[in-house]
Amino acid sequence: MLAHACKHGYTTLQYVLVYGCRMLDADGNDQGGTEQPDMSRDIALRVYEAMAKTQIMDDICYQSQRQGRFSFYLTSAGEEAATVGSAAALASTDEVFAQYREQGVLMYRGFSFQKFADQLYGNMFESGKGRQMPIHYGSSDLHFQTISSPLATQMLHACGAAYALKMEQSTSISACYFGEGAASEGDAAAALNFAAVLGVPCLFICRNNGYAISTPIHEQYKGDGVCARAFANGMIAIRVDGGDARAVYHACSYAREKAIEGCQPILVECLSYRSGHHSTSDDSSRYRSNFEALSYPCPVRRFGHWIQSKGWWSDEEEEALRKHTRKQISQALSEAASQPKPDLSNLFTDVYAQVTPNLQEQMAETLQFVAKHPGMVPPGVPINPPFLRGMDDSQLVNWSNGDQD
Amino acid sequence: MSLLQQSRSLGGALLRGVGLLSQSTRCAAPSASSPSIPLRYMATQGPTQMTVRDALNSAMDEEMERDNDVFVLGEEVAEYQGAYKVTRGLLQKYGPERVKDTPITEAGFTGLSVGAAMAGLKPVCEFMTWNFAMQAVDQLINSAAKTMYMSAGDIPVPVVFRGPNGAAAGVAAQHSQCFAAWYSQVPGLKVLSPYDSEDCRGLLKAAIRDPDPVIFLENEIVYGESFPVSSHVLDKDFLLPIGKAKIMRSGKDVTLVSFSKMVGYCLKAAEQLQSEGISCEVINLRSIKPLDRATILDSVRRTHRMVTVEEGWPQSGVGAEIAATVQEHAFDDLDAPIARVAGAEVPMPYAASLEKAALPQIEDVIKATKRILNK
Repeated sequence: MLAHACKHGYTTLQYVLVYGCRMLDADGNDQGGTEQPDMSRDIALRVYEAMAKTQIMDDICYQSQRQGRFSFYLTSAGEEAATVGSAAALASTDEVFAQYREQGVLMYRGFSFQKFADQLYGNMFESGKGRQMPIHYGSSDLHFQTISSPLATQMLHACGAAYALKMEQSTSISACYFGEGAASEGDAAAALNFAAVLGVPCLFICRNNGYAISTPIHEQYKGDGVCARAFANGMIAIRVDGGDARAVYHACSYAREKAIEGCQPILVECLSYRSGHHSTSDDSSRYRSNFEALSYPCPVRRFGHWIQSKGWWSDEEEEALRKHTRKQISQALSEAASQPKPDLSNLFTDVYAQVTPNLQEQMAETLQFVAKHPGMVPPGVPINPPFLRGMDDSQLVNWSNGDQD
Repeated sequence: MSLLQQSRSLGGALLRGVGLLSQSTRCAAPSASSPSIPLRYMATQGPTQMTVRDALNSAMDEEMERDNDVFVLGEEVAEYQGAYKVTRGLLQKYGPERVKDTPITEAGFTGLSVGAAMAGLKPVCEFMTWNFAMQAVDQLINSAAKTMYMSAGDIPVPVVFRGPNGAAAGVAAQHSQCFAAWYSQVPGLKVLSPYDSEDCRGLLKAAIRDPDPVIFLENEIVYGESFPVSSHVLDKDFLLPIGKAKIMRSGKDVTLVSFSKMVGYCLKAAEQLQSEGISCEVINLRSIKPLDRATILDSVRRTHRMVTVEEGWPQSGVGAEIAATVQEHAFDDLDAPIARVAGAEVPMPYAASLEKAALPQIEDVIKATKRILNK
């Protein structure tokens, strides 16, 4: 490709296509093909466990939503390899800006079932204080930025964070995830250009899963996927089989190395498939055949086959893991369901760093009203006065003064 | 030589009303016909005169010197010294890592500012005008404003977004909109609109030090105007409190409330009305969100009449919020309905005569004031 470009007088750009494109066949048999040291046993088992747990959690949580236990859920079925494989290639301090289908990254980094469940129920124990709808996880400890719904905005955030990391001369990078549909957004185009122009260590990991809700790829773009846009911006891109955890791991490891070495952004396009519905608000049988949906080789099974062939895993361990995981998740969900919601004063905090005077007044009014009419509060919502939660009195007016109303 | 001394030596006259004339269609024509802005009466007295441009420039310079995390980005801010020369000299002093020229994508550099702030830096993000920021409004609202709340206090976004707002001169519909009312509605944002040099220095420094995202609405016509500044205002740690209005002129018959360039018009109107025996109290809001309701209410409780003045459109404008607040909390103190002076409800026309007719003039403030005084 490079020779062709030179012959026709194009400016040479660095193309690195199809490196480590596929290392496992559809059944998970080794196809070889890497100059880098292969995945170690420890990493492989950690990857597999995270993939299997994500798959099981997705299944149970999806069913739970259908049973009415919480309002919304979104599975990553078919994309376990793309998310977990890439997460394994990142350092634990790399800042992750995800889209919404990357629970595999959190799972790999050690986010507990209980924390997942608490967020889905929006109870008082979740760090998000019940502010967001389900699956909008965040964890500053795990360097996973809180999920934000508008598509592709996170790509610019990742670019900005990478700029900050570059200024601090950090050894960490930033990585963002986005779908091929989100890649159509204006923010995506701006992010790719910007990252290349600024020269920042940012990984753009695209989950090209074939669908954006009901929009298939041939109605999303006419060009050569998302890789082509990276080239257009002067950025290295790697296209990889997104259902092959081993290939994704190697591609992302290589990309991370290159990003740090050259202080540059790299795009990794994982070609995978969205085996499940877009979310619990979608029924994909309306726009694709069940046959198509069911015929994609399961990435978890593919990788499982490989680790078994290496002698690192067995059917018995598989059985035990699945059974144990199902039990843990069910327990976590029950536990989360039984906890109270965050208390009422949380309505007014965190709008600004300090509660502003107008919000202080509104909070005081609300709490006074509720103290007089406790029956008006929805069940399960505690009314603990803020000062009992350790909030600074100087931030609040005295809420118990009854001179209003 | 300090930046301040360098800029003064260039001569204030050269800089008055100079805009960017470029190949792009975004150009601000020189403002040949800007009405003169009167000196404040309640100004902090001092021997030094400082233009608004220099006030903004010195504020940014001092904050960048104080804190290495502060950096400036936007179109033309570095090499060109700023589309309106507000960032003049900063590239030379701080280098290209801290004063960044960006590609032409408002959504791009706004999102980038948000991400950089999430990772610990303190960007000062310049929009060539606030009209162009509409292309970044999702990043401003859904990412900057709401993130602290949505992340339950985990992720602050300490960015200052600044640039010229409202009408300039002869730049027509897509370069003349006032965005104060729109942004002031959004919880999570702080919205400031300075009038003079003291306001600009104190508020911009406070905004840069503030952990919340701040919308900083300047005015291009006033960039070249000089105001007296005391040594206190010139101090490196001079800050103004966010959320407090300033009473520019005390009075007892009527309260005129305004922000930005219109404060000057109110002062001029007050001067003329004084000669007719009408005593006006002029409030400079400085902060649109949080709004200083206490100062507004205290004033109207003493004067019993109020006129709000803004350049923006009347429906759901800043004056509408003030009128609603006053009638809610001081209904019995009002001796007349609240009058609102605002821009004509049309996209800004180009022709000078039409533009003048579309914008509030000093006579409009006087007329409205007399009307509610039954004079």
